[in-house]
Amino acid sequence: MPAPLVEFHEVTKRFGAGPVVLDRVSFRAEAGDFVSLIGPSGCGKSTALRLLAGLSPVTEGRLLVEGRAPADAAAEIAFVFQEPTLLPWLNVAQNVEVPQRLRGVDAAVRTATRTRVLELVRLSEKAAAYPRQLSGGQKMRVSLARALALAPKLLLLDEPFGALDEMTREHLNEELLAIRQQAAWTAFFVTHSVAEAVFLSNRILVLAANPGRIHTEIPVPLPYPRTEDTRLSRAYHDLVADVSRILRSVEKAADPAARP
Amino acid sequence: MNRPWLRILLPAAAGALLVAVWYGVHFWLDEELRFLLPTPGAVLDAFSTHGPSLARAAWNTTQGALLGFGLAIVVSFTLAIILSLSALVRQSLYPFLMALQMTPLPVLAPICVIWFGAGLPSVSLLTFVIAFFPLVVNTTQGLISTDRHLVELFGLYRASRFQQLFLLRVPAALPYFFTGLRIAATLAPIGAVVADMNAGTSAGDGGGLGFQAVIYSSQAKYPALFATAATTCVLGFVLNAIVLTIAWLALRHWHDSYERSDR
Repeated sequence: MPAPLVEFHEVTKRFGAGPVVLDRVSFRAEAGDFVSLIGPSGCGKSTALRLLAGLSPVTEGRLLVEGRAPADAAAEIAFVFQEPTLLPWLNVAQNVEVPQRLRGVDAAVRTATRTRVLELVRLSEKAAAYPRQLSGGQKMRVSLARALALAPKLLLLDEPFGALDEMTREHLNEELLAIRQQAAWTAFFVTHSVAEAVFLSNRILVLAANPGRIHTEIPVPLPYPRTEDTRLSRAYHDLVADVSRILRSVEKAADPAARP
Repeated sequence: MNRPWLRILLPAAAGALLVAVWYGVHFWLDEELRFLLPTPGAVLDAFSTHGPSLARAAWNTTQGALLGFGLAIVVSFTLAIILSLSALVRQSLYPFLMALQMTPLPVLAPICVIWFGAGLPSVSLLTFVIAFFPLVVNTTQGLISTDRHLVELFGLYRASRFQQLFLLRVPAALPYFFTGLRIAATLAPIGAVVADMNAGTSAGDGGGLGFQAVIYSSQAKYPALFATAATTCVLGFVLNAIVLTIAWLALRHWHDSYERSDR
């Protein structure tokens, strides 16, 4: 059996002397998985992502990406934040080139990569535009293109479409899966939207809070490629209903005030 | 504004009104008091009568202002980077920067003169002292106000401290730097003139506009005194226009303060 791409083994996270944010989380993701993390606020889903990105160290337990500590696997990992986090003084093309520029990749390679990833997110014609000239959805696509510029094996997305309207979000979900068909990365996706989690993932982790832990793992057996039609299927609707029910019970347990 | 001719017409009308009032006040005064407010025509005459000495003085003051201003930019930028390193460094150094700013220029001037000699060296150093403070405070604030998401992004891509400083913190601080620069650009010419009054010299051809103003005042050449004031104004306007243009060139594409209203 090949080594998993990501392995959480009894991972515990605590900030200083504060409460336990993640409590003995164990989980393995294989290459090609699309894992969504969903749960009430304070369940540690964003923290799990930050541990994976190497932005913060594990307190106890073992977290491996391709058999290495996340900090050592940095070259294989890209992160898409909740905000587009573009540099406002650089145009779209220059923003997409930032990761390669920081790694000292030479200009010809940078140009080729930039052209490719901007085509991928269908923003080639906006290469010379500045971030403030773009819509919210376009900014997010630039952010995604920048993450893809380093051809990561593991893509971490922290509620990337949370601030967008429903229509734009659905479009970007479809685009994200279409891009994934071409460049097969493994994804960890944090979201508050059950519909989004079901549409995108093959595995959904429902997390519980206080302390943050995995409550249930729900497989999503819908076949890829998924399209607009997927959202109309019976199986999709049943799954959304199931996940919503589980999430509601977890949220009630997390918030005593919501108990009847 | 959808009537661009108003933008020229209104200031021109305001100017004409000011000149009319000026003449009015001049002739309203008793004849023996009219010397207190020379007419615009008399001031213009003074420009031609005293042209060469005013031009020489203006050039000397310009040199002092630009040298002091330039020095202030270089030193404040370097110091701002050091100050941005930690709150501890800021707490240790700010009191001394404040002390420098709190000392009035006429007190500082004689100290400067005994150390560096009168004329250009002292004038530019005193201008530096005046222009330096808003620059260092604003630039430091800019360097420590970088969006934390962007800092995190650079951390994620394992940017070096050097890359983080020059590719992220410095460009992000530019709007703050230019705010400081605009304040400094109004202070520098005034500083240079006041410094010249206190540390100027007629030796060589070192006298600037401040020195010239003292001379005209003592000789009761009041139209020439008004002409000196007008020259100082022009100097300030030119320096400000240059700074505003540079700020516009640097920020127009991306900063919200230059948002075009037609978009």
